[in-house]
Amino acid sequence: MSVVAHETDEDLPAWSLPASAGESIHLPSVWPERVTREWAFGGATGAGVRVCVLDSGVELEHPLVGEVQRSVAVTKEGDEIHVDDDDSGDLCGHGTACAGIIRALAPECDLTSVRVLGAGYTGSAPVLLAGLEWAIGEGFDIVNMSLSTTKRQYVDRLHELADRAYFKRTMLIASAHNMPVESFPWRFASVVSVGSHESLDPLALYANPNPPVEFFARGLNVDVAWLGGATINATGNSFATPHVAGMCALVLSKHPELTPFQLKSVLHLTATNVGGA
Amino acid sequence: MSDLRAAVAAGVFGTDEAFRSLLQSTVETARAIFHAKASSVFLLDEEADELVFEAVAGEGADTLVGRRFPSSTGVAGWVLVTRQPLVVDDLTKDTRFSRDAAASTGYVPRGMMAVPLLAEEKALGVLEVLDRPAGIPFTLAEMDLLGLFANQAAIALDLLQRARRAQAALAGEGELAALGRFAARLEDATEETRAAGLQLLAALEQLLG
Repeated sequence: MSVVAHETDEDLPAWSLPASAGESIHLPSVWPERVTREWAFGGATGAGVRVCVLDSGVELEHPLVGEVQRSVAVTKEGDEIHVDDDDSGDLCGHGTACAGIIRALAPECDLTSVRVLGAGYTGSAPVLLAGLEWAIGEGFDIVNMSLSTTKRQYVDRLHELADRAYFKRTMLIASAHNMPVESFPWRFASVVSVGSHESLDPLALYANPNPPVEFFARGLNVDVAWLGGATINATGNSFATPHVAGMCALVLSKHPELTPFQLKSVLHLTATNVGGA
Repeated sequence: MSDLRAAVAAGVFGTDEAFRSLLQSTVETARAIFHAKASSVFLLDEEADELVFEAVAGEGADTLVGRRFPSSTGVAGWVLVTRQPLVVDDLTKDTRFSRDAAASTGYVPRGMMAVPLLAEEKALGVLEVLDRPAGIPFTLAEMDLLGLFANQAAIALDLLQRARRAQAALAGEGELAALGRFAARLEDATEETRAAGLQLLAALEQLLG
């Protein structure tokens, strides 16, 4: 059995490493002496990176969003949850805004929309979990989650999914909360959590020395895509999150070998307040 | 047990109207602080899975209270479901939103700040502030202020819901109803009767340990 665990599930579990196997898991170093923004995503377009927007849906054919590779909706009927292809677009405008931000930063990435809004308040948490589980199963590189839940009964399951995503090389990017209430999944260490700064630079990224909010990105007075082909001005951590998702898409298109652990390290090393010029 | 305490508390201290005034005061203050045209609090009716206009200041104050819409549609629905505050401007560019708003409330806001009202793990509703002054860029300090207001509105909404639950219990025939009647009579009693009642209550408390 190979101990190179990350390629397929079949190779798992790799619980221990025999002395003779050390050589067989030699991992090439991908790190230059100094990690710069130029190394991380200079010239990158997001090409080949699959990004999933878990939100209110995405308006198809919005000029700022462009092509959406796939669009599904998660619905709940009684106790049954379904994930079906869906062309009804966006129920609110927010998912379209996130998709537009990601597209602006990573123009050649693949975008998929998973609509988890519309099941009513009571169905919202199970639908969110089912949407996330579907996205992890589909093996997206990045999942943008500008949303959270406060319901404790779902926290364990959400935690489990966040960890599963982390080890399956799906980076979850989640909006932090600026209110004095515990919400999830942004508090988990296996996701990248994002709050807002006040700069208007879409690539300005600050690493927070006092987590659980790990990074601050542009979330204030952002021109975003909205319903009906419109562009509106909007503010919220939920718009900072897709800025980080877009930056991650750029990095992964240039360095597809990076794991979520390494990707988060690159974000840190190239943050505006760390060393990232 | 918390409902029992709430029942007695509501019988003694509060009425639906008093908590409603507290909510009304919250939206009036939110409107004033943000120099906005209107502010509303929506209460989540979990059974119907709908949001209900519970208090409105400014535009729509006379007509909107009591109106309902599905709990996961539009900006308010998104905010409720995702627990994330949201500030959007230029909404008039969204033709579907404008048409729906005009049809349902008769007022089409240009801009909107919306924040979830959270009490522990529950989302109780949404606070909205409509049309702050045009042309002044929004700041993160305002976002924090909005959060503080939301916290206050959430407490008011939580009290209102507890009072309603308690009143529903008091209106019934169960044991809680007797406690409520006792609390109400004590409140209305003469000083002498009230003192005797309280003495009796103290004795009862001692008896129950």
